[in-house]
Formats: sequence, structure tokens, C-alpha cells
Amino acid sequence: MLRIKNITKIFGGLTALEDVSFEVKDGSITGVIGPNGAGKTTLFNIVTGLYSQTSGDVYLGDKNISFFAPETLAGMGIVRTFQNVELFSEMTVLENVMVGLHTKSKSGIISCAFKLPGQIKEEKYIKEKAMHWLEFTGLADHADIEAANLPFGKGRILEISRALAVEPQVILMDEPAAGLNSLETSQLAMLIKRIRQSGITIVLVEHDMELVMNVCDSIVVLNLGKKLAEGTPREIQENQEVIAAYLGEG
Amino acid sequence: MTKEKREIIIFSIFTLAVLIIPFFLRGSYYLNVLVFIGINTLLAVALNLLLGYAGQISLGHAAFFGLGAYISGVLTTRFGLDPWLVLVIAAAASGSLAFIIGFPILKLKGHYLAMATLGLGIIMYIIFNETVAVTGGPSGLSGIPNMHLGALIFDNDMNNYYLIWIITLIVMLLSINLSQSRIGRALRAIHNSEVAARVMGVNARILKVQIFTVSALISAVAGSLYAHTMTFISPASFGFNFSVELVTMVIIGGLGSIYGSFLGAAILTVLPEFLRVLQDFDIIVYGLLLIIMTMYLPGGLINGLQKIVEFAAGKVGKRGGSGA
Repeated sequence: MLRIKNITKIFGGLTALEDVSFEVKDGSITGVIGPNGAGKTTLFNIVTGLYSQTSGDVYLGDKNISFFAPETLAGMGIVRTFQNVELFSEMTVLENVMVGLHTKSKSGIISCAFKLPGQIKEEKYIKEKAMHWLEFTGLADHADIEAANLPFGKGRILEISRALAVEPQVILMDEPAAGLNSLETSQLAMLIKRIRQSGITIVLVEHDMELVMNVCDSIVVLNLGKKLAEGTPREIQENQEVIAAYLGEG
Repeated sequence: MTKEKREIIIFSIFTLAVLIIPFFLRGSYYLNVLVFIGINTLLAVALNLLLGYAGQISLGHAAFFGLGAYISGVLTTRFGLDPWLVLVIAAAASGSLAFIIGFPILKLKGHYLAMATLGLGIIMYIIFNETVAVTGGPSGLSGIPNMHLGALIFDNDMNNYYLIWIITLIVMLLSINLSQSRIGRALRAIHNSEVAARVMGVNARILKVQIFTVSALISAVAGSLYAHTMTFISPASFGFNFSVELVTMVIIGGLGSIYGSFLGAAILTVLPEFLRVLQDFDIIVYGLLLIIMTMYLPGGLINGLQKIVEFAAGKVGKRGGSGA
């Protein structure tokens, strides 16, 4: 599905990522873990078009999608959530998800201003579909609340709902459990599994090891910008190098 | 659904009020003020689409207003073209200019965008002043013909009132429609978090240029109407001060509210009449107003008004099934 091939990213004199390669299988949940500063978020920023890599390529299926703009990638079905929750805070919960349907609709300025028949129909579709995603994630009761007024945990779920509205092939989630309590984290784990069941591939950057080991099919470990290990949760747990990196030896 | 209905009712009441007000007014002075409020509303709505919805500042919007006015003025007085045709040309030219400079200029953000648009305003102001052979320079351009519709000539305040307000109402309605559509949501998304908007598939770069173009186009229509109403224009009306005044209208009225733009335009049109006694010190009042508004009522007057209405409704209805 998604192939990361020899990605290197250098910021000035700092090598954030060095020759990182791995593959995300269709329909899988892949975890990307590593200590702080390992380059996980940088990798996400490259895959979603926010940063340009210094060298290497990203493939979606057989297509080289290196250097594509974020909005183009969204249209192709790659979407992400953010570590610091980037909601449209002054818009309602429903409107946030409706923005997620931007690529699924096409009325331009003229047809929107004049409310042409096609636009009215499309607007109805957008609203219904957005409501559908809120029901899927359990936020439907909060539809008319301004996003800024949502509790933090619900904000994280809203970000995921909004990403789902894009009807992506792949969702990249950047620390979705950060700041959640244990109940919220277990609900998140169930939601992630349900999303995968609907056929969407998931890539997860996460520090919560319990969550990672619970939901992921395969795990990639980054350390200091390099790929340290790759394998199933069990293999990673038993990998001496990984343990060393986390305990701060090596 | 209910929200949509409420929107229709509010607009209908507003339209009705605008259409019947002249019958209750004596003397052309008040009508004349209302004509100016109409033109300023048009400009404030145009700027609000850019500033209030998309969150992109322009400190040079008087340039597009002036461009519209001068294209109309020059083409009618020197080439004898029809005012309506000229209005279309002015809108198209101003929109094209915005489209072309929009691509490089809107890559800038915050203070840098403010400086770039400020520069645009100053350049246009200098052009209006210095191309004396075409624009008449600082002494202005006179003898611009009035608008007409068949035999109906818009040469008095009553006719101008209806001409300008009908166009303003149409632009307001279209802007309200736009603001409630996927485009409006995408603009507000860019305003809130451009990076998240892009990740959701919103082409922020193109959309910003498009709304800048629409905004410039409406401003030019306002400029053209201004020229044909006043029949005389001079660069002084299109300088930096007026650009700032427009921003003030939008902020005082309420960022991201079309009716707020009307409110802001009305207040800033009427206020100078009361501040005449202060002479040049009136600018201090604007400054104070802006400071007070941004400190205590960042949502603008329309927001304050809504809160009062909601408060009153709450008292009357006693929690009686409030919708939203």
C-alpha cells in the first residue's frame, strides 16, 4: 500500500532521518515507535507532503508520490491527524467533519454563491455523510458544539472523524493517545480496530506501548533518525537493540 | 433546516427595511448618508470575505475601490462608453489584477502580507495621483455620467439609493450563500488552521487567490458605483487612510459576519458626521474604538448584539426550547 524508500531528511546540519525504508501492508495497522527525536513526526510530515525529503521516495501502490502537495495527497486518499490536535476551533464539530468532505464535493464559488441546484444537493450529501462519520465515531451528540469547547479527548476523536470523512486509503495518526486517560485510550483502541475493519490502512506514531502492542500488526522502530528494527509486536518486545535504545544504552 | 429558515427570515426583514426606509425620511441629507452606507457596506462585505472568512489581511483594499472608480471615470469621460459596460470592465480588470498579484502576494502571511498589500495600496494611490493626463491627478476627474436604466437616470439621491442598495443586497445575499457553503467552510478552515485545511484536501493557495479576486471584483463594483453617483472622483478618497477605515469597519462590525459588515460600515459612515467638531482629532476616536473593540468585543458589534438578543430571549422564554 504505502512504501517508504530510502528516505533521508537533513535540516541544516541535523540529519533527522537517514535512509529509512519500510512498507505498510494493505489493510494493516503499522506502528512507528521510537524515543523522542527519533524522527517519527518528520517522517509523517514527509509522507503527507508537509516537508520535502532530502532524498528517497514515497510510493502509494505503484505510484511515486514524493513531493506531492498535502491537498493532492488528500485527494488520493492519504490523510493524517496531528500530535497537537489541529481542529478548526471556531467551527462546529459537524462543520469540521464537513471540511473533511471537501475532496468529495466540487461546487465552485459561482455555484455556491448562487445556490445552483447541484450545489444544494451536494450540500445535503455533505451534511448527511458528515453526520454518518460522527455517528461512526460516537460524536453525533456533539455535532453543534464549537470545536474549541470540546473536551480534549473528544477533540482527538473529532480529528479522526474529520480524517475519515476524506474516505482515505491510509490514515496516519500522530500520537492519537497523547493526553488521553486510560478509558479514552481503550475506546480509541476499539475505534482504531473498527476503522481497520472498514478497510482503511492505519499508520500510528505512538508512545503508549500498551496501545501499540494491542492494536498493531507490525511495528517499525526508529532511533536517532535510523530504522532500528521492524517486526511483529512480539518480535519487537524481544529485540535487544530496541530494549537498549529505550533504556538509553546504545 | 431551522437555521436556514432563520437566515431567510433575517435577510427578508433586512431587505424590507432597506426598501421602505426612504419613505420615512425627509430631505436628501439622510438619503445621501444611506447611499454612502450602501457603498461602504459593499466594500466591507468584500473585505470581510478575505479578512473575516479566509483570515487574510489587506491594508490596500482602497486600491481596488479606486481602480474601479477610475476605470469607470476615465472610460466614460474620455471614451464615452456606457456606464454599465464600464462597470463590468472595471470589475473584470480589478479582478484580473488581484488574480495576477494574488499568487505571489498570498504566499505571504501575517505582517508580511499586511506590508505587501499596503505597498499595493500606495502604488495605486501614486498612479492615481501622477498619471495626470489620464486621471486628472490630484485635482480629480469630474463630469462622470450617472448610471441609467433605459430612460431612468440615477441622478438624484432617491434613485441612487435604490440602485446602490439593490446591488448591495444582492452581493450580501450571494456572500451569505457563499459563507454557508463548502467554499465558506474551506475559507474558515484555512483561517483556523491552514495546515489542517490542506491535509483535508483544501487547496488553500488557489482558494485564497480566488477569494482575493472576488473581493477585488466587488470592491471595483463599489468604486464604479461611487464614481457614477458622485460624478467626481479624486485620489484622496482612495488612499491608505481609507484602506484602514475599511479594516476598521470589518473589525468593529464583526469578522466573518455579513450583517456585521453592514453595521461596521454604517457606524464608520455616520461617525464622522458627529466627530466634525473634533476636526483632525477624529482619528483618535477611531483608534480608541478599535482598541476597545479588539479588547472587549473581539467578535465585533454583531456578536455583542447577538449576545444581548440571546440574553433577552432567554429571559423571556425561560429556557423555552432554545434551538442553537
